[in-house]
This record gives sequence, C-alpha cells and structure tokens, in this order.
Amino acid sequence: MSTEATTETFDTEPIVVEHPLVEFVRMFLRNKAGVLGFAMLLFIVLTSIFGPLIYPVDPFEIVGVPVSPPGEDGWLLGTDSLGRDLVAGLIHGSRTTLAVGAAAAACTVIIGLIIGALAGYYGGWVDNVLMRITEFFQVLPNLILAMVLITLFSPTLITIVFSIGIVSWTGIARLTRAEFLSIREREYVMAARSIGAENQRIIWHVILPNALPPLIVTAALNVGVAILFEAGLSFLSLGDPNVMSWGALIGDNREAFFEAWWAVTFPGLAIFATVLSVSLIGDGLNDALNPKLRER
Amino acid sequence: MAETLVSVRDLKVHFPLKRKGMFGERPIVHAVDGVDFDLERGRTFGLVGESGSGKTTTALAVMRLVKVTAGSIRMGDDELATMQGEELRKARSRFQMIFQDPYSSLNPRMRAGAIVREPMDLMGIGEADTRDRRVEELFASVGLRPEQTALFPHQFSGGQRQRIGVARALASRPDLIVCDEPVSALDVAIQAQTLNLLQRLQNEFGLTYLFISHDLGVVQHICDEIAVMYLGQIVEQTDRVTLFKRPLHPYTWALLSAVPSADPAIRETAQRIRLTGDPPSPIDLPTGCRFAGRCPFAKEICSDKVPPLRALADGHRISCHLVDDQGNAPHHNQPAA
Amino acid sequence: MNEKTPLLSIQDLSVEFKTRDSVVQVLHGVSLDVFEGETLGIVGESGCGKSMTALGVMRLIPMPPGRYKDGRILLRGEDLLQAADQRIHDIRGNEISMIFQEPMTSLNPVYTVGNQIAETVRLHQNLGKREAHDRAVEMLQAVGIPAPERRVNEYPHQLSGGMRQRVMIAMALACNPSVLIADEPTTALDVTVQAQIFDLLGDIQERFNTAIILITHDMGAIAELADRVVVMYAGRRVEEGPVDELLQNPKHPYTKGLIECVPHLVAEPPEVRAVLPEIRGVVPPLRDLGKPGCPFAPRCDHVVAACRTEMPGAFPVGPDHQTACWLYSEGAS
Repeated sequence: MSTEATTETFDTEPIVVEHPLVEFVRMFLRNKAGVLGFAMLLFIVLTSIFGPLIYPVDPFEIVGVPVSPPGEDGWLLGTDSLGRDLVAGLIHGSRTTLAVGAAAAACTVIIGLIIGALAGYYGGWVDNVLMRITEFFQVLPNLILAMVLITLFSPTLITIVFSIGIVSWTGIARLTRAEFLSIREREYVMAARSIGAENQRIIWHVILPNALPPLIVTAALNVGVAILFEAGLSFLSLGDPNVMSWGALIGDNREAFFEAWWAVTFPGLAIFATVLSVSLIGDGLNDALNPKLRER
Repeated sequence: MAETLVSVRDLKVHFPLKRKGMFGERPIVHAVDGVDFDLERGRTFGLVGESGSGKTTTALAVMRLVKVTAGSIRMGDDELATMQGEELRKARSRFQMIFQDPYSSLNPRMRAGAIVREPMDLMGIGEADTRDRRVEELFASVGLRPEQTALFPHQFSGGQRQRIGVARALASRPDLIVCDEPVSALDVAIQAQTLNLLQRLQNEFGLTYLFISHDLGVVQHICDEIAVMYLGQIVEQTDRVTLFKRPLHPYTWALLSAVPSADPAIRETAQRIRLTGDPPSPIDLPTGCRFAGRCPFAKEICSDKVPPLRALADGHRISCHLVDDQGNAPHHNQPAA
Repeated sequence: MNEKTPLLSIQDLSVEFKTRDSVVQVLHGVSLDVFEGETLGIVGESGCGKSMTALGVMRLIPMPPGRYKDGRILLRGEDLLQAADQRIHDIRGNEISMIFQEPMTSLNPVYTVGNQIAETVRLHQNLGKREAHDRAVEMLQAVGIPAPERRVNEYPHQLSGGMRQRVMIAMALACNPSVLIADEPTTALDVTVQAQIFDLLGDIQERFNTAIILITHDMGAIAELADRVVVMYAGRRVEEGPVDELLQNPKHPYTKGLIECVPHLVAEPPEVRAVLPEIRGVVPPLRDLGKPGCPFAPRCDHVVAACRTEMPGAFPVGPDHQTACWLYSEGAS
C-alpha cells in the first residue's frame, strides 16, 4: 500500500528547459518565407541606417541632367524629372517608410488593443459604447479623413503617423475583443480570480499575453498597410515636404512616366519589396506563435 | 470532534437571461435554488448530480466565482456571501479550488513554478524570498520534481498538470479545497493516482474537501458525506455507507441503478429503472416536486406540493413525500422491520 | 475456438504516422475478429490505439501523414485496404457505420437532423427526397425520440445531448449496416442518459442483428454490453476473451491493474476509506514505443528477463481467452 508520492516521469527522461524566445526563433526559422522576408527587411533597415554614410548624396540636390537614364553619367539608377539622384532618393526614402510604418502601426496597435481588451473583458455597456465608437471609425473613409487631418494641421511626420494611426486601429480592436471574449471564459482566468487577482491584473497579465499571437501577426501586417498609406499620402503631395519619401518620388515623377520610367518604377519596387517582406514576416510569425504546431 | 468549518444556508444563484423582445419578462435560470449544508473540518463532502443539477454552480458560489443571488456562506466569523473587495481577497487564502480540466486551468504562458507561486504573491503570503522554497516543497508534496518548476504546462501530461493545480491550491494553506470534478478529465490509471494523492494530502494537512462529481464510483470511494442534487436543490443527503446501501430518494435510486457495473452481483440484483426523457428546464420550474415528471412513483401530492428537505432520526436528509419517517421509500420492497 | 467465420477480421494491422522528424508507429500488428450479431468491446486508456483501430477499419486515417504499414482488414472476406476508393465510399455508412463521442461536434449544426439522416439514405440507397424524409422519421422513431415528425425538422442545438446521440445512432443505422462502431458513445453524457443509450444499443442489436464494436475506457460499460473484450495497450492487443471470463480472471498485469484501479460502485462500501491500487508510471509517449520488448515492462511488477527483449505473442490462458504476456507462455508456472 504505497502512499509515497509517485514519480510519474521515468527517471531517464531529461528535463528540457528551453527559453520561450529560443523556441520562438527555432520555430520561426522553419518557415522559409518568413526567413526570406526577414532577410529582405533586414537589408532595407541596414540600408536606411548605413546608406547615407556610405553614399552621402543629398536626395533633394539637383545633381545631374534631369531624366537621365540609369547608368549614364555615373548615376546608378539615373536621375528623376528634377535631376535628383534616384539612389539617394531610395536610401533616404527607406528611412521615412520604415519610421512611419513602424510608428503608425504601433499607434494602431496600442489604440486597438486597449479598446478591444476593455470591450472584450467587461462586456455590457462598456462593450456596447466602445463597439459603437469602433464602428464609427470603421465606416469613415480612411484616406479622406487622413487628408483632412493633414490639411488642418501641418503635414509633418508626426501628423502623418497620427492620422494613419487614428483611422487604422479598428481591425485590431475587433480582433482583440474577440480574443478576450474567448479567453475570458477559460479556466485559468477563473483560477486567477480564485487566487486573488483583480480585473486589472487579469486583463493585462493573464489574458493579454495569451491573446498576443494573432495580434502580433496582425500588427506585422498593419505595418504593411501603414507603409502603403504613407506612400499614398506622399504620392498625393500631402506628405512632409522636407522629408524624402518613395511615394513622393512616384508622385513627383508621374507625369514623366514615359520619359523616365525608372523614376517611378524603382520607388514602386521598393515599396512593393518592403510590404512583401513585412507580409512574409507576418506569415512566419503566425507559424512560430501558433501553439498547435508546437512539438511535444 | 466534528467541527463545522463552513455553513451554507439557503444559497441561491439565479442567472437572468436576455429578455425576449423589448417588453417581455427576463427569463431566469434557477441554477441553485435554496441549498443548505455544513462542511465538517477534515472530512470530504460530496455533491453529486447530473448536468443541470447545480452542483458546479454551488461550488463556484462557495468560491465566490459567481454572483451569489441570496443566502449565506459562513466560514467561522466571516460571511463569505457578502464580502467584497480587499476583505474578500484576503479571505480567499482560506478557500481554494482544483479545477476540472487540466488542459485549460493553467496559464499556458507561465512556468509551473510561477503558477504555484502566484497565489502567494497576490495574497502576500509569507516572505518574498521564502516563497520559492515553499514552491519546491509543494512540488514535492504532489510528487513532482523541483527541476520541473521551470517547465511550461504544455510540457506536462494531463495527470501532472492536475498535480500542479493541486499544488497551486495548497499554496495559501487553505482550510477548504473545492474540487470540481478533479479526475473526470484524466485516464483511469491516473485517476487512481490523483485520488490517492488527494486523500494523502487531506490526512497530512487536515484539509476539508467539497468534492463535486458525477461519477458515483469515485464519490463512493472518496467522500464521507454525500448530497444528491437535482435541478438546483438537494434531494437527499447522508453518509457514504447509508447512501449506497439504502438510498431513499427515487432519483438517487435511479442514478445508482443506471451506473454500469462490472460487478456481476450488482448487475443481477439491481432493480433497474429507466428514467424517461430529460430533466425539465431550470427556467420554467414545475410546481411541486421537481422530479415528479420523471418519477415512476409520483402521486398527485407530488405535483401539487414541494416536498420539504427534512431530517430523519439518524440525520439522513430526504426531500420526498413518499418516504416515511422510518425511512421506507417507494422502491423498497420489504415492509418496515 | 469459435468455428464461425468472422464478419469483420482485422489481421496484423500496423499503422504508422510520419512526423516532421521521425516515423511513429501507432498500431503494431493488431488482430481481432468481430462475429455477426455480437458486441466486441475494445478497452484501453487514451493513446492505446483503440480509436485508431476504428478509424483504420473505415479507412478514415488521414493518409499523409498516416500509412498502412501492414495487415489486412477483411469484411466478409474482402480486403478493405485493397479496395478502390469508390467501394470504400459505398461501404461507409452503409455496411459499416460509426458513431462518435461528441454528438455536438459530429452533427453538422447548419442542417436539420432529418436532413442529415436523409443524406445517408439518399447517398447509399438512391431514395427520393420524400422517401428519404419518411425513412428519417422512421429512424428517429426507432431510436426512441418522441414526436419524431416534429423533431425531424429541428437543428442539433435544439436537442439535448442524449437526443443528439440518438440522432447519431439513427444516422448510423439508417442503411442497416452489418457493423456499428461506437467510439466512446456515452462518455460525454449523464449517467441516466448513458443507461438509456446502452439499452437502445442492446435493443438494436437484438432487432437488427448488427455487430457492434464498442470502444471505451469504462469497464462497467463493457460489462453491460460486450460479449467479448479486447484490451489494448500502446497500439497492441494485450488480452482478449469473453467478457465475464476476462473480468473475473484477468491475466495480463495491465488488465488486472486497469480493473483494480477504478473505484467501482459496490453495494456496501467499506466504513474506512481505502487507498486505490495504482499502476505505476504513465503511458509512454508514442515515439518511445519502437524499443524492443513488451511496452508495459517499465510499469509492470512481474517483469521477467524476456519482457525487455521481445514482445510476447498471444498465449492461451482459458476458454477463448488469450493474453500477450511472457508470464503465460508454455512452460511458465
């Protein structure tokens, strides 16, 4: 009659303690698309950081004959319709793109997360009010609202980031709310309450970490959306005129498309590549964070 | 000798549902509808019933994890049913719970050691630097190794996860542990290990268990005193030996005879009755005895008047018009001795 | 030994799954026979392969990553593993049917129950809509659902758990199959409803002479319904015999442990609470099962040298009763 505590595992079974970050990196590396996207984005980031040091040409300076094709006169990608160096334009534009993309996405996620979490957790009238607000913002025409905000306030980068953030949070809000509604009913939330956790702790420490995976993936995709948004605004000449941007390059050169196709195509390709890399990373994140794919 | 740890009186938990239309009445689910019982220190009290009986809701009410509509839950001098805020949080250290599903009752993002430590952190128990040592002690008590504190829940088997849940429940040194179907989700061999563990811990720490289960074999094995619930009320309550040897309420009798038994002696001699249909809805309650609609012995008085839960001479509580004070029930063939 | 030819004969079935890094074998040479009109119980804990065997019979195992490594499944002499896809489609729901544990998730929530029953019938028996509908009502009646003409148009969520399980049974029986596989059919149900379902299954077997394969972990259910029992562990058959014989005289240490460790309902419980006998350790993870020897050896109290090196074959231990354990080989005491 053994009342000894039974050692369940066989004594030879090793205890594998893998840091979750290590596990995450390992899982991420399995997805080839994600790794490719990461490599591309890394290249773009490095360009934006070190580019101006290695290639110190002012993108706004008129350095050559306008509409000079790539390769001629020593300009690798040619000059645009104003005679500005395209390579410099691409390098400096990458900074704007990345900065705005990341900042706007962060804005979006923070607003969306808070609203979604509170709506999903508390339910009742809180949920009702927050969802009506969400719906209101969802039906507003994004681009027009952003344009209005930028026209009202000066078109600096901050305004741009803000105006993108304020119109793009609704998707994340709905997603967060759905996650909270589902996780709220799980037993470990009830368990947390039974050991003395209060609402604030449960929302931010118990539920949120478990709700993050789909949110992280969506946030990555939101970066792509923000980049496109910024490019669109710059294309319409609503961007910050003091800062070089790929969208601005395209916009400034659209009339000269047939004479200087390179001035429009290369910035376009750059936008495409950045957004693609972010999407691929999002795909990789999805696999890496999906608990169902974990090996036991 | 028998000290009452918790005293529940007239406990009611009612859930309002959505109104039908704009002006209709709000239907109410009477999940727990006037339940009283006492929990004696150091003993195991079982609540048995099928789905809809209200046993789980009763357990959650005692744990103050659902809103108590009415009634009293006294633990010593504290009235648990009405406590709020900080007072309630402090009181929680005295009553803890083991949950049914080991796969969803542990936070997947926390390490096992942190899960067991959390109650101590939240309720300010012990000194911060000694808590880790206590976590290791608790792990040892439930048969896990101290190195396993660094692992995440998904790295454990179902039985091991349930042990982590047990360790967590013990962390605050509670007097009462509510066990909500603690072994139902486990394989039979692991069930045996876990039941033995619970029993050992009770002996070692003098714990009081409120044990919820639908599995009569398990209840018979581990409980000292058992109450049978039907549609939110207790219909019969007595000690383990009496309940299984001589059940009085027709529902208890039907429940026992429905359990498939590997014991051929039981199979041959058990008089089988089959309850037809399903239990009525807890929203539209019938007048009179709630079991009357399915009871094979029901008489007119049963649908007219609600039978009171009364105690017979030996303390056996029964709620049935057709059971007399000497303890003869309609399904007993023998006349009174 | 039973001289009749079995209706369904599984011979030496082995199934493996290809995971990312390795190949895991989930069934090792499983052999069992089902005779017409009898109930065969397959009992074991989770991971023992009992559900996998059932899915294997119906060829429902997803083929990547699964693979039939070896063996035959003979239905009236016809090897189902060699049969064409169309033939298997004809057999499923028609000659062999299956009911599952969770009636809520095995019934399609967006179709009425009548529709779902009628679908089976229309697929296999080419009946028209009207006739199929009538048959659906007929089946609901046969499984004991009151007011079947009304219920036939209801959706799964409008029915209770017990009733949904009856609907599943109705669907499974609509084409009068020779074999009904019931995979833990009552685990998710209340005990009184479970009793009703058992009665129904027994009734159906009597009326239609359907063979039933009952897969469960509940020894009591086996005792109630089964004629013969097969005990499985780690993808292998470890013991087989008539139900009363096996429950009274279990031979394999695992079977004994399984029976003893469950708190059975008895008429007179002991005054003092006892400690339950335990089976030491846990079921080993699937990937560790490729090692030589008996898979139960690490947990067994009666281990002998042979147990660690070679997997025992089936040794006879009683009338129609055999077990795969070295303790019972010829010459063993």
